Amino acid sequence: MTMKRLINLKRTEARRIFITYSAVVIAYVIFQVMSSSGFLSSSMRGMLVPICAYMVMAVSLNLVVGISGELSLGHAGFMSIGAFSGVASAILMQSTITNAPVRLALAMIVGAIFAAIAGFLIGIPVLRLKGDYLAIVTLAFGEIIKSILNNFYFGVDAQGLHFSMLTDTTRLLKGGRLIIRGPMGISGIMKIATFPMGFILVMISLMVVFNLVNSRSGRAFMAIRDDRIAAESIGLDITKYKMMAFVTSAALAGAAGALFAMNYSTIVANKFDFNTSILILVFVVLGGQGNMLGSIIAAAALTVLPEKLRGFSDYRMLLYAIILIVTMLGTNNAEIREFFTKLNPFRRKEEA
Amino acid sequence: MRTKTKYIPVPSNAILPERDAAREPVLECVNLGIMLGGIKAVDNFNLTVGRTEIVGLIGPNGAGKTTVFNLLTKVYHPTTGTILLNGKDTHGMTTVQVNRAGIARTFQNIRLFKNLSVADNVKAAMNNDMRYNMLSAILRLPGYRREEIAAHRRALKLLSIFDMQNMADVPAGSLPYGAQRRLEIVRALATNPCLLLLDEPAAGMNPSETAELLDSIRKVHEMFQIAIILIEHDMSLVMNICDGICVLNFGQVIAKGTPDEIQSNPAVIEAYLGRRKE
Amino acid sequence: MTFLNFFISGISLGSIYAIIALGYTMVYGIAKMLNFAHGDVIMVGAYVCFYAVSRYNLNPFLGVIIAMFLCTVLGILVERFAYKPLRQAPSLAVLITAIGMSYFLQNTALLLWSSNPKVFPSIIGRGSFKLFDGNLSVSHITVLTISVCIVIMIVLSLFIGKTKLGKAMRACSEDKGAAQLMGINVNATISMTFAIGSGLAAIAGALLCSAYPTLMPTTGALPGIKAFTAAVFGGIGSIPGAFLGGLMLGVIEIFAKAYISSQLSDAVVFAVLIIVLLVKPAGLLGKSIQEKV
Repeated sequence: MTMKRLINLKRTEARRIFITYSAVVIAYVIFQVMSSSGFLSSSMRGMLVPICAYMVMAVSLNLVVGISGELSLGHAGFMSIGAFSGVASAILMQSTITNAPVRLALAMIVGAIFAAIAGFLIGIPVLRLKGDYLAIVTLAFGEIIKSILNNFYFGVDAQGLHFSMLTDTTRLLKGGRLIIRGPMGISGIMKIATFPMGFILVMISLMVVFNLVNSRSGRAFMAIRDDRIAAESIGLDITKYKMMAFVTSAALAGAAGALFAMNYSTIVANKFDFNTSILILVFVVLGGQGNMLGSIIAAAALTVLPEKLRGFSDYRMLLYAIILIVTMLGTNNAEIREFFTKLNPFRRKEEA
Repeated sequence: MRTKTKYIPVPSNAILPERDAAREPVLECVNLGIMLGGIKAVDNFNLTVGRTEIVGLIGPNGAGKTTVFNLLTKVYHPTTGTILLNGKDTHGMTTVQVNRAGIARTFQNIRLFKNLSVADNVKAAMNNDMRYNMLSAILRLPGYRREEIAAHRRALKLLSIFDMQNMADVPAGSLPYGAQRRLEIVRALATNPCLLLLDEPAAGMNPSETAELLDSIRKVHEMFQIAIILIEHDMSLVMNICDGICVLNFGQVIAKGTPDEIQSNPAVIEAYLGRRKE
Repeated sequence: MTFLNFFISGISLGSIYAIIALGYTMVYGIAKMLNFAHGDVIMVGAYVCFYAVSRYNLNPFLGVIIAMFLCTVLGILVERFAYKPLRQAPSLAVLITAIGMSYFLQNTALLLWSSNPKVFPSIIGRGSFKLFDGNLSVSHITVLTISVCIVIMIVLSLFIGKTKLGKAMRACSEDKGAAQLMGINVNATISMTFAIGSGLAAIAGALLCSAYPTLMPTTGALPGIKAFTAAVFGGIGSIPGAFLGGLMLGVIEIFAKAYISSQLSDAVVFAVLIIVLLVKPAGLLGKSIQEKV
């Protein structure tokens, strides 16, 4: 512990990181056992991979929103780039790499790389802006990515790869395969995403984010978030660090996108729209900015909740909206918070 | 965003080659000026600071003292004049580059990284000295450990100058006011400056705190052998510690000299107290 | 002539965006929040107008007035119960609440009025003026939309510039604390701003659905986002900026649909927004404020 304390990890922080890792591992073991012993309903089993993907999305967005302090409203765009590039590469690799987990891993890496490149290109203009303007431009980029992918055609045949925009002019040879079909997206995906792979991706993204945050880069992110002018005065290169956080976050989102997509037989670009970006932002805000365990719990709970509310089918989204508003009011308004603490019979005495 | 700078080169022989090292200027401002909102916030500002000199910058409120700091650190870019740092023109540099070239500062209205711990505030300022990259941070390679441990040791050492080493884990935002001001100085020192700009370090302190601060500044000055420019309203502090004093009023230098000379200068007295009605 | 036709329909669409954008920009100017639920107030206004006209056979203009009234009340209620308790909260919390409110309105509408699209009756019929020997046809609703927008713009400018309430609004947007010290009732002023913005949204809803007659619970979402973009485009917080941004966005969108690609028109609109913000980081007419050091 002395070593750890020397490396900047305050005891509370070290404990929080340890709890986060262990919570994920324990949850994984429980659900893996329940799933293999048939305790989980098939709809719940089908949600395990999306939950993992959303957890990674939430953790990665938290790096930008919570740690770096910039509001991003287009995170689903990176997810969709990762999904499309990942799935396309998996289809291309289908015959050469027959081992499904390896292919999935490679596809996630491809997705991460493509999303990182997109994050870098988008970051160049976006990170020059501040506050709400930055937020609206990320929204704009999310919509642009969706529009472009909705009109993108990509196929492969004996002559190699073919691209086209707006209309399908790839003119594939016989035996070729049109992989991305504009608004129809990609269909006929082999569902190779598995819960263990999802778990591994969650652990990797936690490791990346935690270790980055507790390093000189993370200190720079948070210093810039807390006071931009002071950060400049001590020689921190604002653009460089904002870009680092943004690209890392995009890369993780890309990997999550690839994982997510390969849980379904068909994906379309409209799946990754503004509402998805908002959903992920809600995970981050409800879980607490900068709190990775919170993000993970919020992602899991809010993905399961609408399913669990299916009994009230008509009212479930309404209920979801009300929960969202009440939570925000309850956590951010002093009087309402007090009201809720009084209601809570288990509140600790010293808090009262 | 950046104001157009009228570039006035300074002949290279402006710095005499052979001088006593202590007197060799670390900073030379020549004819510095800036227009802000249509008025000359600083005009025709000339100042030379020797390598280990402590210079006081005083003047009534709104005289342009902080603006001078903002010009030196490139928060504003001067409309006229030249700033030479160690004989090198800082024209066109950014705040970040100026800091790397050796100017560090504190702020009048404290600007700490409130959610970071005291130690992290200091270590953030050492960022540019750390060499390990992102990958070794993520994979926790030996380079990361080595540098982080060294940085932590150094941060504690710097904090101990102000007796703050036992506060290392406290969030900076929850420190008492005086400690926040001291932490800003430590953070500035952590960037290895050759010129330290202190903007009202004693503001809001009581006399005993000010006396402690005086000792600390002396200590810093002796330990690091750096030049310091000090904006301060507390005359006892300024007169006690400064080698030279520069008085600003309405953006103009109205007097320059040793503390004794300044205290008896009629122009300074007039600026502070007003003209006596005859 | 087709060019002129496109231009006119661009201005018409832009007028609707401008009216919606006014609501965004006024609320942002005074409460410094992105009111994501604003787009859904448009939808509510359109539904109220729809039922007033088709169910109760009221005069369309009376329908619009009822819609305005109800939306004004809705705006005030939303502000009172969802946003006012968060006056001191971090802006992200307010943003999420606004998003929650948007979901809330959409799903309430879904329950009340079902997801089946309704065909909105145009508030002044589907006739059109024929100009230049019939080469140029301008529908009545287009003329009405543009005129309404101009009238709103003039009235609002006078209101903000000349009346006491307008001055109070400007004072609050500059500095709430100082305004309060000067005896301005900040809470009432903010309520008033929401009321005006929501009333305008009802007008925009009726006009929007007269021009594009499909009405669904999600009708307000996309125009809402675009109008918000328009407000940012013109410089959020600036009323002439919202007007200019709305008009330009409408024209760009129609031209992009006509000359580039109808599927990519949204992408073009957003790309233009990004370019504008890079050249003018605070929008076309926005003031960029430098932080004091």
